[in-house]
Amino acid sequence: MSGTATDPRLAPSRQAPKRALRLSWTDPRFRSIVWQAVVVAVVVGIVGYFVGNARSNLEARHIATGFGFLDETSGIPIGETLIPYLPGTSTYLTALVEGVLNTLKVAVVGVVLATILGTLIGIGRLSPNWLLARITAVYVEVLRDIPVLLQLLFWYVLLQGLPAPRQSMRIGDAVFLSNRGIKVPLLIWQGAHSWALLGFVVAIVLSVLWVRHAHRRQDATGQSPPVLPVVLALLIGLPAIIWAALGAPLSFDMPQLHGFNFTGGGTITPEYGALLTGLVIYTSSYIAEIVRSGIQAVPHGQWEAAQALGLHRGKTLRLVVLPQALRVIIPPMTSQYLNLTKNSSLAVAIGYQDIVSIANTILNQTGQAIEGIAIIMAVYLTISLSISLFMNWYNAHIALVER
Amino acid sequence: MSQSQTMSAEEAEAAIVLDKVNKWYGAMHVLRDVSLIVGKGERVVVCGPSGSGKSTTIRCINRLEEHQQGRIIVDGTELTGDTRALDTIRREVGMVFQSFNLFPHLTILENCTLAPIQVRKMPKAEAEELAMDYLRRVKIPEQANKYPLQLSGGQQQRVAIARALCMKPKIMLFDEPTSALDPEMIKEVLDTMVGLAETGMTMVCVTHEMGFARQVANRVVFMDRGEVVESGTPTEMFEHPRTDRLKMFLSQILRGH
Repeated sequence: MSGTATDPRLAPSRQAPKRALRLSWTDPRFRSIVWQAVVVAVVVGIVGYFVGNARSNLEARHIATGFGFLDETSGIPIGETLIPYLPGTSTYLTALVEGVLNTLKVAVVGVVLATILGTLIGIGRLSPNWLLARITAVYVEVLRDIPVLLQLLFWYVLLQGLPAPRQSMRIGDAVFLSNRGIKVPLLIWQGAHSWALLGFVVAIVLSVLWVRHAHRRQDATGQSPPVLPVVLALLIGLPAIIWAALGAPLSFDMPQLHGFNFTGGGTITPEYGALLTGLVIYTSSYIAEIVRSGIQAVPHGQWEAAQALGLHRGKTLRLVVLPQALRVIIPPMTSQYLNLTKNSSLAVAIGYQDIVSIANTILNQTGQAIEGIAIIMAVYLTISLSISLFMNWYNAHIALVER
Repeated sequence: MSQSQTMSAEEAEAAIVLDKVNKWYGAMHVLRDVSLIVGKGERVVVCGPSGSGKSTTIRCINRLEEHQQGRIIVDGTELTGDTRALDTIRREVGMVFQSFNLFPHLTILENCTLAPIQVRKMPKAEAEELAMDYLRRVKIPEQANKYPLQLSGGQQQRVAIARALCMKPKIMLFDEPTSALDPEMIKEVLDTMVGLAETGMTMVCVTHEMGFARQVANRVVFMDRGEVVESGTPTEMFEHPRTDRLKMFLSQILRGH
């Protein structure tokens, strides 16, 4: 109302008076201060006791504290490495970094795949198609009711049960599926590929510019230029043209059977495969429910109002329903991302060398238990807080304005 | 449905034609042979007890509900399963709901410009100008950059009217537009609707506001149990009801007021 500007209640004429604190048990403010002081004293006491206890125990066992052991040489063999690592020459620090990278490799890929799979299944449950709705319902109800550790073991045993390399299942002479994991051809990287990659980056920049141009043009004239075909042509066409212009080099490092195992090619190990599959499938069943409830939380009247204005189903979903559903979806989705990340520590059970597995081994070899546990906790805390901060920022970004 | 009868000249001329429309929810027969012709510029008020099918009737006009038998012709286009016919009709027919149904994630201005930009392909600047014009007419231009939940119910409903008008419809449907409002806000919405009626807009309005019906309606239609029981001018209907059902309904709502 136009009256709000002159509302005398909004004029900052006087401030509310502050009430004096009474030193009496019947004053709620006094009472709450006393209770807070008590809680702080108890916490400090407990922490102090633990620290003192740990210190005297360490002294009794002649264990030196500190992180100096990180510079010592590590003899731990690590199956999957993302940075150069050699047992016997690399340090414990490098081994820990491998562990962190292996954890991130599962967490990042897992979160992305679980989100895609979960969203598709969540939308599937809302489908008017009877069969699709039932199949997705069974998927959710079965998979979220089985403990995730059991599912990981299931996938691991399944992958272990595959035939030996000599009898491996294969797709042509390129992809081999055996109890040593999935072997795939690796592209041998050449100069032309770097240029093509550069072309791809340029294409992304051009696409962003084109989308902006399209929006501006729609704002100005009401006509929206084609977006998807142009962007696709840019993203695929530009790298392809550069690659072709440089002679279209293409050669692969093919996996080949030598004796009892493969050489060459890239590998998805059974451990990584089982961990990723198990976590993605388990988490996607929860995400599916979150997506479904998010879409259903948008009142039916919103669909009707958009339809009555002449908007089609696709635009209604994209411009009206999903932006509102996201607000309901994001907070529980954050929890699922955190769960997936932390559940990746179950990797220990199937022998995938994540941060917990490697830190545990270091802890056993060096006896630095407190430091080892502290490192594991710090790693998970850092990853989890990063996820939380990002998701909270995103959630605040799309929050509804009320009052 | 869609018996391919040829349209008579009268049917093609009228704003809305409902010809023996029937609808069932499962075994429940909610609309029974509902027939109604609304001429261009005519203002019709539909009233009746709850569950009488009055909301369902007007929701069939822009196919938020599907009728299963009979014909509905809107501005010379027959409503069939054909999506192009539906697109045409939804562009020409604006609707205002009992629960406003504004889009809470968009500002008032964006609520009003969404459909003109997305459906009518109007340039943004032009759509905003048009929206501000209608927001001035419903007397809340200063709220343009606020969000719906920051407004009172009466203001939200006036925005909903402006939003529908931004599509420049030929026909406006009102589904109990004042039923969810506090008493002191009903008047501001009814005043807006009276103002709209004075511009010659074709209006079909489901409402129990008898004062409004007397003031603007050319015709009042009384529905009960899925049927049109009686129709006539407001004076005929309110002063000299012929059927017992209408007499009983009038006595109930008058006692309620």
